[in-house]
Amino acid sequence: METPRYLTRNFGNPGALAHEGYVKSGGYQALKKALGMKPADIIEEVKKGNLRGRGGAGFAAGVKWGFLPKDDGGPRYLAVNADEGEPGTFKDRALLEQDPHQLIEGIAITCFANGVHAAYVYVRGEFHKGRRTLEEALRQAYQAGVLGKKVMGSDFSLDVHLHPGAGAYICGEETALLESLEGKKGFPRLKPPFPAVKGLFGRPTIINNVETLSCVPHLISMGAEAWAALGCEKNGGTKLYCLSGQVRKPGLYELPHSTTLRQLVFEHGGGPRPGRSIKAVIPGGSSSPVLTEKEMDVRMDFDSLGKAGSMLGSAATMAIDDSTSMVRLLQNVSRFYAHESCGQCTPCREGTHWMHKIIDRIAEGRGQADDLDRLLDICDNMAGKTICVLADAAVFPVQSFLRKFRAEFEEYIRKGRKMSLVGWTEEMPEAPTAAGIH
Amino acid sequence: MPKLTIDGKEVEVEKGANLILAAQAAGVEVPHFCYHPGLPVAGNCRMCLVEIEGSPKLQIGCNTPAADGMVVKTDTPKVAKARQGVMEFLLLNHPIDCPVCDCAGECYLQDYYMLHDRAHSRLEEGKNKKKKAEDIGPHVMLDTERCVLCSRCVRFTDFVSKSHELGIFGRGSTEQIGLVEGARLDNPYSGNVVDICPVGALTDKQFRFKSRPWYLEDAETVCDGCSQGCNIVLNTNPNPYNKVGQARAYRVYPRENAQVNQFWICDEGRYSYPSLDQGRAARAARRGLPIPWEEAVAELASGLKSALDSGGPGSVAFLLSPRLTNEELWAWARLARHLGVGQVEAGDGIKRTGGADGYLIQADKNPNSEGARLLGLGPRAGVLGAREVLKAAGEGKFSALVAVEQDLGAVLGMPAFLELAGRPGLLALVNAHESEAASRAPLFLPRAVYAEQEGSFTNRQGRVQRLRKAMEPWGDSRPAFALALQLGSALGQEPWAGDAESVFLDLARGVPEFKDMTHQALGKSGLAVKSAVAA
Ligand SMILES: Cc1cc2nc3c(=O)[nH]c(=O)nc-3n(C[C@H](O)[C@H](O)[C@H](O)COP(=O)(O)O)c2cc1C
Ligand code: SF4
Ligand code: SF4
Ligand code: FES
Repeated sequence: METPRYLTRNFGNPGALAHEGYVKSGGYQALKKALGMKPADIIEEVKKGNLRGRGGAGFAAGVKWGFLPKDDGGPRYLAVNADEGEPGTFKDRALLEQDPHQLIEGIAITCFANGVHAAYVYVRGEFHKGRRTLEEALRQAYQAGVLGKKVMGSDFSLDVHLHPGAGAYICGEETALLESLEGKKGFPRLKPPFPAVKGLFGRPTIINNVETLSCVPHLISMGAEAWAALGCEKNGGTKLYCLSGQVRKPGLYELPHSTTLRQLVFEHGGGPRPGRSIKAVIPGGSSSPVLTEKEMDVRMDFDSLGKAGSMLGSAATMAIDDSTSMVRLLQNVSRFYAHESCGQCTPCREGTHWMHKIIDRIAEGRGQADDLDRLLDICDNMAGKTICVLADAAVFPVQSFLRKFRAEFEEYIRKGRKMSLVGWTEEMPEAPTAAGIH
Repeated sequence: MPKLTIDGKEVEVEKGANLILAAQAAGVEVPHFCYHPGLPVAGNCRMCLVEIEGSPKLQIGCNTPAADGMVVKTDTPKVAKARQGVMEFLLLNHPIDCPVCDCAGECYLQDYYMLHDRAHSRLEEGKNKKKKAEDIGPHVMLDTERCVLCSRCVRFTDFVSKSHELGIFGRGSTEQIGLVEGARLDNPYSGNVVDICPVGALTDKQFRFKSRPWYLEDAETVCDGCSQGCNIVLNTNPNPYNKVGQARAYRVYPRENAQVNQFWICDEGRYSYPSLDQGRAARAARRGLPIPWEEAVAELASGLKSALDSGGPGSVAFLLSPRLTNEELWAWARLARHLGVGQVEAGDGIKRTGGADGYLIQADKNPNSEGARLLGLGPRAGVLGAREVLKAAGEGKFSALVAVEQDLGAVLGMPAFLELAGRPGLLALVNAHESEAASRAPLFLPRAVYAEQEGSFTNRQGRVQRLRKAMEPWGDSRPAFALALQLGSALGQEPWAGDAESVFLDLARGVPEFKDMTHQALGKSGLAVKSAVAA
């Protein structure tokens, strides 16, 4: 069954990159509608629509907006998180490159609802095309009067600034992002105080993900109930899933929130390559705990995956077939976190690096019998003990890989150097049959 | 004032106090690296994790304000495991070069290892290599391998000295402290980073490799570098065998005093301690030829007596100095009163340079100008100022002049001084340090420096602060109050005091601003004089 598309409805329609084309496809109607609403009603609507934050934590957007303190006359900001860096994630980039006006519309509605007159879009440094596309869209939006002193002819004024990142994954963490916007090194901040109270330049700030904000126009257009009905309880709307790994049809899928992991991988993604079987899936980005093939009948919403001991995270679903060594995979994942730890907190700075050294050694065939318990103990000394959750993100894969695929690690340790000659995968995956947007 | 329970003990603490301070109040130490009461909270070392009832995760004590009814536990297995975990992480790539590290003996890593870790390294792979022995400024060396990246030094340069020379560069486990491009750690307060570095990453060039800290003795005293009177610890090493060089004073670092210097001192004050050992005058002398102390005192007494006999009290002048302690000034003032000498003044006769910076450093480089004023020895009507006294003396107006801790050679210039010294009558100099004038003076007596005596200074805010004797007087030198007492007894003064403490008691009886004060009562952080308005 073909699901209706909202977030991706303009994908593959280059005309919508221009303001005119976007308007022709029905764009900026939601903003017009919103400008006629009471700001508090918009927030209420977003709450009722069960719009969950799509940056990773799944926090209800309307509830987050409600944390802003009462207007004290001073400035308050929206920071748009377009730093998309979680391995396996490629939805925000697509949204930037293929429908920038949708994002601008979402930003404008959100700012209007929250009394914000300045938004900063923090775009991942490597997203050259996305940045240029958004830049051009912003220019046109100003020209068309969508942004600036009188947003669509109303009394509401809004400026949107674009700020490129410089290539650090940690700058996607919301408070590191704020530091980076302020021109400082991307070190996550201690909380409290929370950004809603003391954020960018010391002022109340909302931080939302690109996809979250791109959902807003649709929610407002169709109304909270219709939007909520597209998903499942407490998870309204459709969701972008980034399916990658060893499946026949990797790509970006816009599906109802109620889709199961098995449906995503087997029905939409076409299942494993011929002669292969899926042995594991990482459901929501490299930090989400791995699930085995048997655990795939879980709904891909924030709460169901949480209950299943994993998380939806950034919805970066990576399918792993039986040709892949879990040891090699974890080696790669642990290298990423060791490289990206900002280094502030002792447990994360030293722990990520040490875990990577140990896993490296195991993968090279120099593992020792007590390495696995040592790894788990390091995890224990890191988890929940740091400023931001990068340490936890680094721990989840190690813990879950060792819990669910311990035998593979033990085999590496037992067989030593013989195993180290086994490649990352035995063969290259065949070219995907239909890469792209689905 | 929130009331909370820490390890079963109930305490009431100041509003806003964090759990580290609250625990301290309950007699419980929460180990910490990055927290420093004088700096903004960073919360990065994660050593101060504690358990709080009702909170599933451990929380850092440094960023958690004490709240009413809070139940905090620091003695649970969960906390112990977390501490051991942090210690293991910190030591993982640490070079453990304690045998050649200046910090050994006063290192948080060593102390906490013994208290909270005591495990062998489980690292099978090689350690990270980082830069060692980097010269980062006129006073400080950096060893990035020893650094625990607590960011105290960076926060100091950002928030206290506001000079922004230091930063954290790189990311993750290879991250290092370093200088921002083009900078050197060169600011008037740079030495403080060495004190606040919890490990041996920042060491003091002047102190490096000179002595192990456990051989050092502490004297909790006050800096004599300017009128601010920053509280310091003066370290001495009295033992000739376990140190490099023959000096006695080895190091100075700040003592906390919220009213005066918070946690800091300036580099000028910090690094001036070699002058306690260098260039010191050891013997009394007559025109440069050493004579015994007693002979010098007798000559001084008889010189004063004959001047008084022939010319009366008006022919005698005492030129004191705001570098003297309250006790020294008071004893000379009492002597002057006994003899009827009216011309007694503590004028600034020593040339000093350097201005004020609006923070700690003051333009008045004398530690006790306010004390001199309160004791009635400051500039005042009817009494000549220091320069006028010298001018009058040059004109033969005084037949006896005693200058205590005045650098007359520098003030007058040597030719004028020699002319003065050639006049008939008494000219006696009492100084702690050698100088050309001292070696040519008709009579010279050596004085013990502030670090060689008990006593007190009154700082510019009117805070009377106690000095502690850190070492024995150099050679034959004595505190100037001892000389005044000796002279008094030779000149028929009733015995009224014997030591600094009794001089101070007498002073406290005689000067209303010091009413009821005793050395004991001054305590570690001093007392404000009764009428003084804190500046
Ligand atoms: C290490 C780390 C990296 C993150 N990277 C991103 C990112 O690239 N993009 C993003 O939207 N959120 C990222 N987040 C989540 C943000 O901190 C934040 O929760 C999110 O931007 C909030 O937006 P939302 O409520 O709309 O999801 C990251 C979090 C962590 C801890
Ligand atoms: S947990 Fe890691 S990434 Fe997050 S602030 Fe601490 S050191 Fe930086
Ligand atoms: S040099 Fe010392 S004070 Fe500075 S970060 Fe390192 S350990 Fe902390
Ligand atoms: S002292 Fe609290 S985290 Fe360092």
